[in-house]
Amino acid sequence: MTATQLPLTAVTTTPPERRRARTRRSLLLDVAEHSTAIALGVIILAPIVLITLTAFMSSGQTLTSNLWPQSWHLSNFHEVFVKAPFLTWLKNSVMYSVLSTVFMLVSSFPAAYALSRLQWRGRNFVLLAVITMMMLPPQVTVVPIYRMWAALNLTGTLWPLILPNLLGDAFSVFLLRQFLLTIPQEYSDAARVDGASELQIMWRVIIPLAKPAIAATSIFMFFFTWNDYFGPLLYTSDQSQNWTVAVGLASFRSLHHVQWNLVMAATVLVMLPVIVLFFFAQKAFVQGVTLTGVKG
Amino acid sequence: MTLTLTSPPVAAPLRKRRRRQHGTVLLLMGPWILGFLIFFAYPLVATVWYSFTRFDLLSPPSFVGLRNYRYFLFEDPNSWKSLRNTLWFVIFMMPARLISALLIGQLLVKIRRGGSIYRTIFFLPSLAPPVAATIAFAFLFNPGTGAVNALLGRFGIDGPLWLSDPAYAKPVLLALGVWGMGDVMVIFLAALLDVPNDQYEAAGLDGANAVQQFRYITLPNLSPVLLFTAITGVIQTLQYFTQAAVASSLAAGVATTGGGSASSLGYPDGATLTYPLWLYQMGFKNFYLGYACAMGVILLVISLVFTIFLLRRSAAFLGPDAAR
Repeated sequence: MTATQLPLTAVTTTPPERRRARTRRSLLLDVAEHSTAIALGVIILAPIVLITLTAFMSSGQTLTSNLWPQSWHLSNFHEVFVKAPFLTWLKNSVMYSVLSTVFMLVSSFPAAYALSRLQWRGRNFVLLAVITMMMLPPQVTVVPIYRMWAALNLTGTLWPLILPNLLGDAFSVFLLRQFLLTIPQEYSDAARVDGASELQIMWRVIIPLAKPAIAATSIFMFFFTWNDYFGPLLYTSDQSQNWTVAVGLASFRSLHHVQWNLVMAATVLVMLPVIVLFFFAQKAFVQGVTLTGVKG
Repeated sequence: MTLTLTSPPVAAPLRKRRRRQHGTVLLLMGPWILGFLIFFAYPLVATVWYSFTRFDLLSPPSFVGLRNYRYFLFEDPNSWKSLRNTLWFVIFMMPARLISALLIGQLLVKIRRGGSIYRTIFFLPSLAPPVAATIAFAFLFNPGTGAVNALLGRFGIDGPLWLSDPAYAKPVLLALGVWGMGDVMVIFLAALLDVPNDQYEAAGLDGANAVQQFRYITLPNLSPVLLFTAITGVIQTLQYFTQAAVASSLAAGVATTGGGSASSLGYPDGATLTYPLWLYQMGFKNFYLGYACAMGVILLVISLVFTIFLLRRSAAFLGPDAAR
């Protein structure tokens, strides 16, 4: 990358033997950097590799400290679904994730559009409100919200977590806004000159340009809901038929008295969709993470 | 195009257009405004009101004045413990995550070839669902057959009980937090690549070594990003719940779900009892909802201090557009 320019431009004026010393030093540095990165990478990947290996072990072998499966038990992954209603939890998780994502998009994209591409009084105030909502711990307002859902008889289900997305999600609004700011205003101006209304501009001009943003925000929402533990635990704690995989997995070992190999098989199953999705949408995802961090 | 828009003859229709635009804004923002009122403004006011009441969800709240706060400050044996535990994570885990993310980000910027493979590898753990990651760590650190103690045993070291030992439970969770630092690393990586290269070139010609370059070029350029990640990191850590709940229930061998089996929260010896965990226990297991609201108000005050601090520096991350 650009870093290579530094030694090269400096080297042209230096005598030959110093040049050789430089390149040898940078080669040594290269080796040192790569070996550090590889060593750290091995440590980082080790937990994932070890739990995957354990997921294939026999239950007897998990009682030993052997790391490599003596025999491979693919049936562990089947057994997970037999020992616990994992399929139901999986369905619940998918419902929670998919509906939340769709609802979030319908409500949050228009808000983000108004906050980024239209000029109006009070816009900055609303933006501050969005950020404050995003920042405040959910535990602060949890009791009154729980009471509202209890009054509607919806506690015990996942609806208290899904339905609010119809009325906008602060984080998604913020993220979409950050993206939409990067689309040049000229696109909107050109459409305005052609007599398009704001809604037409949003629908015909901005949404097609914002597809990567919509993808990234959807992935974030999917990840958040798939990984969410506090929400489903709070609302469905004593209704195990309404649990998500996160809640089911957390109590899998203690409630069903299973060995580590099955727990690890279940853990791998819960991790898998997230990792697969990441590899499919890596670019949009990393771009999204970066945009939440800084702009300007 | 922009010229025709701003030239005087178009001014009158522009005003009409602006009035029409107010309707559009209201239409676009409508759902969000409703959500703000129902799921934020009202609950916020209600939380403050409930915090002065005794409230168990079955009967309506009854006013008790400052009793919840007095109980929190002087009588509750776990309130200060949970606050201390949460502060431990803010003081140790959050900086550890940031520092490791910065160092690895710096390393990846230096590496020219294969950088994107490394980036994916270091980023991957931050994707792991917290429940799954915690279970993985509980398994690797389990005292009997866990890989960590097996490794230590090779070197003749008798490993501790980790998540079952009050002195080691939090450090294991810290390791789990550092393991998942990839989200912060990606943010740092983008910021590091944005540092103007000529600054390094100039410093290199002046004979500045790597440490000096890091201290006088990298850090100052990164300070807005560092500030942002530190403050969001603090606010996230104040909410630290899932990992502590799952780790303690696994180590204790008890489920966090269901009726009266929540005694495992904070196991061992309250070492992992974080503030949100205690709030959850008091509010939704013991049904002292008024007390949970008082704890919520206290959490609100602490978080607001950090949020306001962040908003004052908002230009750093809202972009120049926010100033308009």
